[in-house]
Amino acid sequence: MRPTDIRVPDYFHKVVDCQWACPAHTPVPEYIRLIAAGRYADAYLVNWKSNVFPGVLGRTCDRPCEPACRRGRVEENNGESPEPVAICRLKRVAADNKGDVRARLPRAGKPNGRRVACVGAGPASLTVARDLAPLGYQVTVFDGEAKAGGFIRSQIPRFRLPESVIDEETGYILDLGVEFRAGERIDSLKALLGQGYDAIFVGSGAPRGRDLDLPGRQECAANIHIGIDWLASVSFGHIESIGRRVIVLGGGNTAMDCCRSARRLGGADVKVLVRSGFDEMKASPWEKEDAQHEGIPILDYHVPKAFLHENGRLAAMQFERVRAERDARGRRQLVPTGEPDVVVECDDVLIAVGQENAFPWIERDAGIAFDEWGMPVVDKQTFQSTLPQVFFGGDAAFGPKNIIWAVAHGHEAAVSIDKLLNGEDVHERPPPQVTLLSQKMGIHEWSYDNEVSPEDRHKVPWAPSEQTLGNIKVEVELGFDAQTALKETQRCLNCDVQTVFTDKVCIECDACVDICPMDCISFTANGEEAELRQRLTAPALNTEQALYVSGELKTHRVMVKDEDVCLHCGLCAERCPTGAWDMHKYLIEMTHAGPGCRSKGACREAA
Amino acid sequence: MTFIAKPKLHHPTLPQNALCFTRRDYEGKISTLCAGCGHDSISAAIIQACWELNVEPHRLAKLSGIGCSSKTPDYFLGQSHGFNTVHGRMPSVLTGANLANRELLYLGVSGDGDSASIGIGQFVHAIRRGVNMTYIVENNGVYGLTKGQFSATADQGSTSKRGVVNADSPIDLIGLALQLGATYVGRGFSGDKAQLVPLIKGAIAHRGAAFLDVISPCVAFNNHAGSTKSYEYVRAHNEAVNRLDVIPEREEIAVDYPAGSTIEVEQHDGSRLRLHKLAADYDPRDRIAAMNHVQQRQARGEVVTGLLYVDAQAEDLHTHLNTVATPFNRLGAAELSPGSAVLAKINAGFR
Repeated sequence: MRPTDIRVPDYFHKVVDCQWACPAHTPVPEYIRLIAAGRYADAYLVNWKSNVFPGVLGRTCDRPCEPACRRGRVEENNGESPEPVAICRLKRVAADNKGDVRARLPRAGKPNGRRVACVGAGPASLTVARDLAPLGYQVTVFDGEAKAGGFIRSQIPRFRLPESVIDEETGYILDLGVEFRAGERIDSLKALLGQGYDAIFVGSGAPRGRDLDLPGRQECAANIHIGIDWLASVSFGHIESIGRRVIVLGGGNTAMDCCRSARRLGGADVKVLVRSGFDEMKASPWEKEDAQHEGIPILDYHVPKAFLHENGRLAAMQFERVRAERDARGRRQLVPTGEPDVVVECDDVLIAVGQENAFPWIERDAGIAFDEWGMPVVDKQTFQSTLPQVFFGGDAAFGPKNIIWAVAHGHEAAVSIDKLLNGEDVHERPPPQVTLLSQKMGIHEWSYDNEVSPEDRHKVPWAPSEQTLGNIKVEVELGFDAQTALKETQRCLNCDVQTVFTDKVCIECDACVDICPMDCISFTANGEEAELRQRLTAPALNTEQALYVSGELKTHRVMVKDEDVCLHCGLCAERCPTGAWDMHKYLIEMTHAGPGCRSKGACREAA
Repeated sequence: MTFIAKPKLHHPTLPQNALCFTRRDYEGKISTLCAGCGHDSISAAIIQACWELNVEPHRLAKLSGIGCSSKTPDYFLGQSHGFNTVHGRMPSVLTGANLANRELLYLGVSGDGDSASIGIGQFVHAIRRGVNMTYIVENNGVYGLTKGQFSATADQGSTSKRGVVNADSPIDLIGLALQLGATYVGRGFSGDKAQLVPLIKGAIAHRGAAFLDVISPCVAFNNHAGSTKSYEYVRAHNEAVNRLDVIPEREEIAVDYPAGSTIEVEQHDGSRLRLHKLAADYDPRDRIAAMNHVQQRQARGEVVTGLLYVDAQAEDLHTHLNTVATPFNRLGAAELSPGSAVLAKINAGFR
C-alpha cells in the first residue's frame, strides 16, 4: 500500500465517524468536550454554527451519527450490548443549559443590495437565511403558516418537542433581519420570479401525504385521516380528540408520531399495522421502542386490504397476512401466507404510508426542468435547478429525509447563492479548512481527557407516563441532568484527537504495539491492502475503516494502524520514546457561505 | 510513566486460549519504565508466550532481584505468584522455592547488573545446579536506574551516552551459561518478538536450567551511536543461527521443509522444537560447537541470536538430589514425621 496522505482533509474526517456521518458535519467530539467542561453555551454555538437547530435536533434528530459512533464497535464483545455515545441527547444538554446566547449570535450584515427569496419556512430555508443574512443579503421567507418552522412545527408532536424550543431557534434566525412573510403561500413561481429577487430558494418540503385507495375509502372518509395532515391539525389545535380504537398504517417515524399522539387524544386502544417486517420498518429503532413503551403494539406483515363499514361508519379494517421471501434474484418479496384475513375493529384510521413532493405552484413553462417522477432536476452538489437563480433544498430537492439533511442542503445552497451573486462558478467548491494541532501539554499530559470510561450508555429519564399520556403537550424525555451528562460525555472516545505518526523518527521499539489496548498497530512488511488486512496484530476486517500506512522504516517494514477500533487513548504516544506518535486535534471547518467559499482571487480583490 | 491505567476494552476479535483466557488476561499493571524501554517488549513477549502455552496463571512464579528489569514482573502475569527479592539474590530464592514446590513453573527475571555484577555468584550456581527454571536476563549493558554507568556486560570499546569509552572487558553471560551446564541457552532481542516469543516458550517447556540473554536497548541511556546495545546496532549486527517453532505435543504440522533445513528436538514433555537453520551446519545440540560459533562471531562484532544450545533430555536439580516428588505443602504430618520406628531404622543405618 502507498503511504497514507494525512493532508487530504477527508482522511482524518472519516476517522471522526460521527462527524463524517452527520450531513452537516457537526464537530461532535469538540462539543462533547465543551459539555464535559460545563461550557454549555460554547457547545451550543459549535452546534448552532453547523446544524442551526441544536435544541430541536437534540430532541428529534434522526442521528446518523450514533450508528456510526466508534464506541458501538469498540464495545463489541466487551460487555452486554454495544451502544454508541448518546450524542443526540448530549446536544440537548447544551441547548437546555446554555443560558442566554443572543449577544454571541451574528447580526444582520451591512446590506449588499441583493435580495433572496425563500419559499417555505422550514429548516432548509431557514438555514439559507441564517447563512446569508449576516453577509448582508436581504432575505425574505414566505410561508403559508403563521409561524416559522415548517414541518418542525407542524409534524413533530409537542410531547417530543415543546413549541418554546421552536420559537427560540427559529427566532434566532428571523432576528438576523430576515423578513418573514407569514400566511403568504406562494402559488406561482412565475409571479415570484417577476418580483426581481436575485435568487430564489425553494424549501417547500414534501407536503403531500400518500393516500391508500382501498375499498371503503370513500364511504369511511370521515374517520380516515392522512397522517401528516392530521399531525398538523393536532399541532395547531384544530383536532383535540380521536376515537377509542385507532389503527395507524405505516412503519415510518410519522406513523410513530401518529400513534403516540393518538394515544394522548383519547385513543385507548392504538395499534400500528405495517406491511413489512418489524426490523425492516423505516422508523428509527428508538422511536419504535418509545411507541412500544407506551403500550402500543406494532403488528408487522399485515397488508391493508379494505376499510369495512357498518351503517355508513368505519367499523374495522381487513388485512392480509404476508411473509417475506426472497425471489430467484434474491429480492425480498412479501407473499401471502394463506392464513385467513385479519379483521381489526377500529373507530379511526391514520394513514402514514409516505409523503410525496408536490409542486402545483411551479408552472411547467417557468424554465425549471422536471424529471419523469415529477421532481425538479437539481444538481446534487450545488442544489441549482435548470434555472440558474433558482435553488432547491430539503425535502423539496430529493424527497423526504429529515431535518439534519435539510440543514446540510441549506448550507450548500447558500454557498451556491453567494457564489452565483458574486459572479463565480457555483461548481467550484473550495475544500474545507483543516487544522491539526498537537495536544501535548506535558510529558504524559494531554489537553483532552484520554482516560477511557468503562461505563455503559446512560438512559435519558422520562416523565411519568400518567402525566405524559394525559396531556399531549407534556414532554416525555426530561433530558440528562448535568451529572449524568458529564458521565455520558466521558464515553466519547475523542476520535477527533488523531494518532499522527512520523516515520522518520520511529526507532521501531514496539512500545506502541505492546501498549495498544485494541491491537490497532502493526509493524510489518508492506503488501496489498486485502492481504495486509489479514496479517496485522489483529485482523482488520472492517473494510469501511481505513488503514493508516507509514512510509518505509529502517527495517524496510511499515507501520500499519487499523483505525477501526482505536480508543484515541493516546497510550501509543505516551509510550513512544521519540515522539513518532503524537495526538493531534483535527478540526475541520466546513465551507459556509461568505468570503471563505469564494475563490482566492476574489478574496484578494476584496482585500 | 503513564498516568492512566490501560483501558480494559480489547479488540472485538481478541482470541482465547484453551483455558478461555485472552492475552490481556496475562497482563499486569501498566509499566512505569521509560517510554520505549526494551524491557516492556520482553514483558509483552512473556505474556504472549504464556498465553500461547496455556499456562495457568496460578501455576507460575515470577522472581526477580533489583533494577529496571527486576521491576518488570509487576507488568505481566498479574494473577501469578511473585517474589521481588534482594539485589542479586533471585537465583537463591528461586532455587529454594523450586525445592519446596517442584510443580510450579519458575520464571526468573533479572538484568545485567543484578546477574552479572552483584548477583553473579548466585547466577552461576543456580545454572550449574540445573535448577528447573527459565532465567531471563534483560541485558541493556547499562545501569539505567542510576543514570547510565556501564554495566559488566557493556562491550569493551563501546561508549557511554556522554562519550566515555568502556575499557573493561565484558562478562559474556551466554558463554558462562554454556560453560556452566545450562541445558537450554538462547539469545534474543527485544525488538524481534517473532524470534523471542518461541525462545521463551521453548524455555518454559524445557526441564532444567534454561537461560535467555535478551538484548534490551535502554532508550534513555544506551541507545546512541557508539553503543553496542542500541536498537540500530543490534539490528545491523544480528546474526540469527536459526528460527524456532515450538510445536505442542500431539499437534501435527503438515508443512514439509526441504531435508536438512530443519532440526527437530523433542523435549521431555512431548513438545517439539523445530529449528529452521539460518546458519549452515549450526547444530544447537553440540555444546562445544555452539561455544566456538558464538565466540567466533562475537569476535567479529556480530550478535549471535537464536536457540544456541539445547539438551532436551537434561536432568534437573530434583533428579540430582533424588527429592520427593510431592511438593512440601502437600506433605502431611505422617510423611514429615514418620514415627520412632522409622527413626530407629535410619539410626540403625548409621551404626
